[in-house]
Amino acid sequence: MKENYRKERIARGIKARSDDIYALTSYKEMWYLLFPRLVPIVGIAIIAYFLPLYWKKVVITTCIFAMLSVSWDFLSSCGLLSLGQALFFGIGSYTAGSLNHYLHLPIYVTIPVATVVGGFISTMILLPVIRLRGIYFAMVTLILPLMLMRLVEATKMLGGTEGLTGLSPFPNTWVEITFILAAMWAALFGLRRLIASDYGLIFVSIRDNDRATMASGINIYAFKAQALFIGSSICAFCGAFMTHSYQFTGMPVFAMEFSILPIAASAIGGIGTLAGPLMGAFILVPLSELLREFGTLRIVFYGLILVICVVVLPEGIFHYLSRKYNEMERWARLE
Amino acid sequence: MLVYGLINSTVLALMALGFNLTFGISGVANFAYGAIYVVAGFLTWTFINELNLPYALSAVLTIVLIGIFGVLIYRFIIKRIRGLVISEVIATLGISIVILEFLRYFGFIGFKYSLPVFINGSVEILGAFVDIQRLLIVGFVILLIAALYMFTHYTKVGLAFRGIAQEEHTSLSLGINPDRIAGLSMGMGSALGAFAAIVILPLGTITVDSGYDVLINALSVCIVGGLGSTFGVILASFIIGYAQTITATYVSSHWTMIVSLIAILIILAIKPSGLLGHQKELEERV
Repeated sequence: MKENYRKERIARGIKARSDDIYALTSYKEMWYLLFPRLVPIVGIAIIAYFLPLYWKKVVITTCIFAMLSVSWDFLSSCGLLSLGQALFFGIGSYTAGSLNHYLHLPIYVTIPVATVVGGFISTMILLPVIRLRGIYFAMVTLILPLMLMRLVEATKMLGGTEGLTGLSPFPNTWVEITFILAAMWAALFGLRRLIASDYGLIFVSIRDNDRATMASGINIYAFKAQALFIGSSICAFCGAFMTHSYQFTGMPVFAMEFSILPIAASAIGGIGTLAGPLMGAFILVPLSELLREFGTLRIVFYGLILVICVVVLPEGIFHYLSRKYNEMERWARLE
Repeated sequence: MLVYGLINSTVLALMALGFNLTFGISGVANFAYGAIYVVAGFLTWTFINELNLPYALSAVLTIVLIGIFGVLIYRFIIKRIRGLVISEVIATLGISIVILEFLRYFGFIGFKYSLPVFINGSVEILGAFVDIQRLLIVGFVILLIAALYMFTHYTKVGLAFRGIAQEEHTSLSLGINPDRIAGLSMGMGSALGAFAAIVILPLGTITVDSGYDVLINALSVCIVGGLGSTFGVILASFIIGYAQTITATYVSSHWTMIVSLIAILIILAIKPSGLLGHQKELEERV
């Protein structure tokens, strides 16, 4: 019956109007735009505040991984393919941990300081290699966290293999959840706004064609360094937050998991969308929590998801959903 | 110390050659290389201890099987995403993690997993006692480099390898199938990894973590030497190898990893294409 028909996709009228002109005429149109943004915000908040304590911790971990994924996606949108989110994460974590452990600074000082200083240190470490692109940058970022782990192990500095323990915790779980949720949504919507602005346009153009961007008289290395600072600051914040949440920092903060999961989440959610990786993280982390009894087999599972998603489903969930939401499908008769 | 430095360097060169071959020819960075190295070790162990095959036969079998495995990875996974750098990296890294963590989960850990050395004993050279196995490694590396040079310069397939490395579209018009050749180069790179594993692993036990170590070492040597340049790899492995040995002797063996890290950062800051990278690679990298 269907052979004389073909599927036709048409963008909804509201979508066409709301894409660049903000002259919405009705509550219906406003609701159309707000609905996909409000549902996850409200939904996650409700879930986060009313779960039992154990699952509250899971939500916090999920939010941290979601931020790492969003930051990975931001960096990849700037043409900086990072395989070492653990580097930024670990540096943030160690900065916060040592500030708290050696200088006894309170938590509301260490986290902001670790965010900025951690981002700065990460940028400085990667500054010599910022001229590299694509796969070469990826190789360097892959080996850096592994080597830093060895460095800590070898020199026994910053607590060595034991790590730093007994750091100051958050006042209570409510503050913790509110803080991380606010930070996560701020990171997501902030980066989306940033990418869409004229400033963000330069980042995207560096990814698409860096030669042409250079030819337009833009110093791409300066912009790459700025992108790196923004991206790594977000990761450093996650590291600092996690440090205080677990009251511990040590060698595990450079673990492969912190580098791999953001990439897996982005591959599931859709690379280049920022919201997609967040969705991917909210699928993967709770799922891996359910699979906790399998131990390290979880990492095998991430690896499989990575390979399958990259090869078979290169588009990602977010693209699929946004197509379903923004476009109408109908069967049109073939002439 | 001179001798130990030489041996350390040749071990590094041996680890890096397979990775470098695949990358230099097909442009695919095979992050699964470390995993392949470990799998080769366990495979040989299984052939010897479970199936009671003679050592030489099991070594050859392993190299062939791993080569086929590499071709299969290319054929079913990498071929579909060739040219998309992000996807290539993610997919090969994914494969590597799947293999290594799978092995770790099934408990392939322990002292019983070690390969026998080829010839026992040691000799004295320049006042240092050296195992014959280590000397054999040096010999094998020299042979291997000579063989690779002959292969890429005087055989038809070898010339096709260099053809697609230089200009893929032109070689297509001359009747070379880039996909087939790239698959072959992936297989050969993996086989070289297996060879490295069989030669190097008798010096210690086979551990899952050595997969990551091999990948790190291969990557750092290739980055310093200039990716895709065989002589760059040899030069770089000598620099890093001697630097590591000197640090281990005079400072502390804990700092050896840091030496390669610093070497990478310095080289990349001064000469982003690596020591012997060509102009073409410079274009790609910077």
